[in-house]
Amino acid sequence: MLDTATLATRTDEILAAHLAREGALLPILHDIQAEFGYIPQECLPQIARALNISRAEVHGVVSFYHDFREVPAGRHVVKLCRAEACQAMGADELSAHARAKLGVDWHETTPNGAVTLEPVFCLGLCACGPAAIVDGKLIARLDTAKLDAILGDLA
Amino acid sequence: MKIYLPLDSVAVALGADDIAAAITAHASKTGAQIELIRNGSRGMVWLEPLVEVETPAGRMGFGPFTPADIPALFGDLAQHPKALGLVEALPWMAGQTRLTFARCGVIDPLNFNDFNANGGFAGLTRALDMASADIVAEVTASGLRGRGGAGFPTGIKWKTVADAKAAQKYIVCNADEGDSATFADRMLMEGDPLTLIEGMVIAGLATGATKGFVYIRSEYPIAIEVMERAVLLARANGVLGASVMGRGPAFDMEIRVGAGAYVCGEETSLLNSLEGKRGVVRAKPPLPALQGFMGQPTVVNNVISLASIPVIMAKGAAHYAAIGLGRSRGTIPLQIAGNVKYGGLFEVGFGLTLGQIVDDIAGGTATGRPVKAVQVGGPLGAYFPRALFDTPFGYEEFAGKEGLIGHAGLTVFDDSADMLAQARFAMEFCAIESCGKCTPCRIGAVRGVETVDRIAKGDAAAIPLLTDLCATMKSGSLCALGGFTPYPVLSALNHFPADFARSKEAAE
Ligand SMILES: Cc1cc2nc3c(=O)[nH]c(=O)nc-3n(C[C@H](O)[C@H](O)[C@H](O)COP(=O)(O)O)c2cc1C
Ligand code: SF4
Ligand code: FES
Repeated sequence: MLDTATLATRTDEILAAHLAREGALLPILHDIQAEFGYIPQECLPQIARALNISRAEVHGVVSFYHDFREVPAGRHVVKLCRAEACQAMGADELSAHARAKLGVDWHETTPNGAVTLEPVFCLGLCACGPAAIVDGKLIARLDTAKLDAILGDLA
Repeated sequence: MKIYLPLDSVAVALGADDIAAAITAHASKTGAQIELIRNGSRGMVWLEPLVEVETPAGRMGFGPFTPADIPALFGDLAQHPKALGLVEALPWMAGQTRLTFARCGVIDPLNFNDFNANGGFAGLTRALDMASADIVAEVTASGLRGRGGAGFPTGIKWKTVADAKAAQKYIVCNADEGDSATFADRMLMEGDPLTLIEGMVIAGLATGATKGFVYIRSEYPIAIEVMERAVLLARANGVLGASVMGRGPAFDMEIRVGAGAYVCGEETSLLNSLEGKRGVVRAKPPLPALQGFMGQPTVVNNVISLASIPVIMAKGAAHYAAIGLGRSRGTIPLQIAGNVKYGGLFEVGFGLTLGQIVDDIAGGTATGRPVKAVQVGGPLGAYFPRALFDTPFGYEEFAGKEGLIGHAGLTVFDDSADMLAQARFAMEFCAIESCGKCTPCRIGAVRGVETVDRIAKGDAAAIPLLTDLCATMKSGSLCALGGFTPYPVLSALNHFPADFARSKEAAE
């Protein structure tokens, strides 16, 4: 778990790096999430104060965007593309297979905390689908065998 | 030996980084002298990873490449099992009119001299000697229309910003590219980022803007990295900074990253997001051109619109305007995706028919089954049946068939596709991505999913409800997310009625 002192210090450093920018909130939130893996509730008042906006406004922004997490993810994050071009290559069947295999639905984490499964709507790999991004690494031309191998390594 | 291997997302997603490491390891083991260049992609996705080797005759291609193919690269190239011949002579390459993508896949994207030596900055150099109004007039004369989807004339937008009086104006590049089947922005940013920067600088000269932003979706980690590095490179070489190329006004820019919201591709939502707010759509007026980023006059243009400016300035408006069909002037980078034999990016003048694109260029489906439908223009675009394959690729031509070309993405489906499921997905996507501002979109899309589910259960009475709902969404939505979701839904229903005629028994 994060201790509050470290959290406050790192948040201050991130704030200092961005405060001079026009429209600094998204860059700040991206860095907070990169640092802690999610946007801890405890950071919000500090961010709000620095930007001179309300805590509710910061929360409104965090909750609007699909990327920002309010709770930590599993140790690995698997995002499978659900958009049309990947559907045309069997993405629906592939994600059904992944959900069954992991025993989770979209946005859920396996009970052992290993894998969080999320949808993504297009990775720009639409001529070599189905596509995925696993812990930030792009993967194309997926099939069940390739996916099983990846999931096997993560579990 | 000079070897090229793309750093493009497609190549990387298919193992290019491992191949690069293996090539380097092989060379150091055998003592072979190589120079490995990570270029952009040529856009022939079915051949990726595509390795190229420079020879006296030209660049020879090898692909789709695997690590096992490495040793043979150091033998007789013509005998290599993956040899494709000269890349530029391949029919896919020879059939194109590459203007915007002329350097993509050819040069090292992060080599300033390589860019310069291949025609880079020719457009900017010319623009620096022109009056602002003349640059705007040149862009207007080219006939260039926004490639982000709405097709608004770029020159007219620039004129509005140029004529606005303000202490600070902005150029915002829309690199949110959320539509499925589109990847032209990504390929350009990864393969020739300095062209986009050049286009944005010219936009600044034309309008009096001195600050630019590129808003890139977070799903594009490689494009973000390449663009960040290209901005540093341009700044270090004096293209960006206090005086453009040491003789122009100031212009500088920043890369910003989205956070996974499709609606942030809509220009006013994007501006809110850039300002650090929720990506809610703003009502227009005021136009962003007059009150955009931070309330100041702002050009918002798509990546391809801006990246087409340098070649228009370099070759002249007349050269660009001579290509195309009707009111769709110039070239369009078609992005052919989904279930296709040959998928990728094909830049060509407007005017090919849908059938030529799907049957001739894409070679039909990857599965070898008949084509059932082609969705043109992303998730808000209509599904086209074979009966409409004679539609020429142009803004007005597609609008005339109850469709749109959008950002020029095409998704091909074979006959196993269930069009009712596709209609359901269109509604589901709208419900997930709605910014929440208007009821017909926010609530209507949820009702839409339920209504399609009723039809799937054999309730034919729900079909008119779906049609009514689409009419409400069309007329009562502030932006095209709610307003155009009816396109895929109604085209699926109208062109493929059999998929909606479910009997009650079959559903049970
Ligand atoms: C829901 C929605 C999503 C959009 N997504 C994009 C996008 O990802 N990229 C883009 O350039 N334009 C997108 N647009 C269009 C923009 O609002 C705007 O028209 C465009 O950025 C203007 O640039 P252009 O004139 O160069 O096309 C979208 C519009 C809507 C309604
Ligand atoms: S149509 Fe939908 S996305 Fe567009 S403004 Fe209305 S609620 Fe927002
Ligand atoms: S549709 Fe899946 S990567 Fe674009």
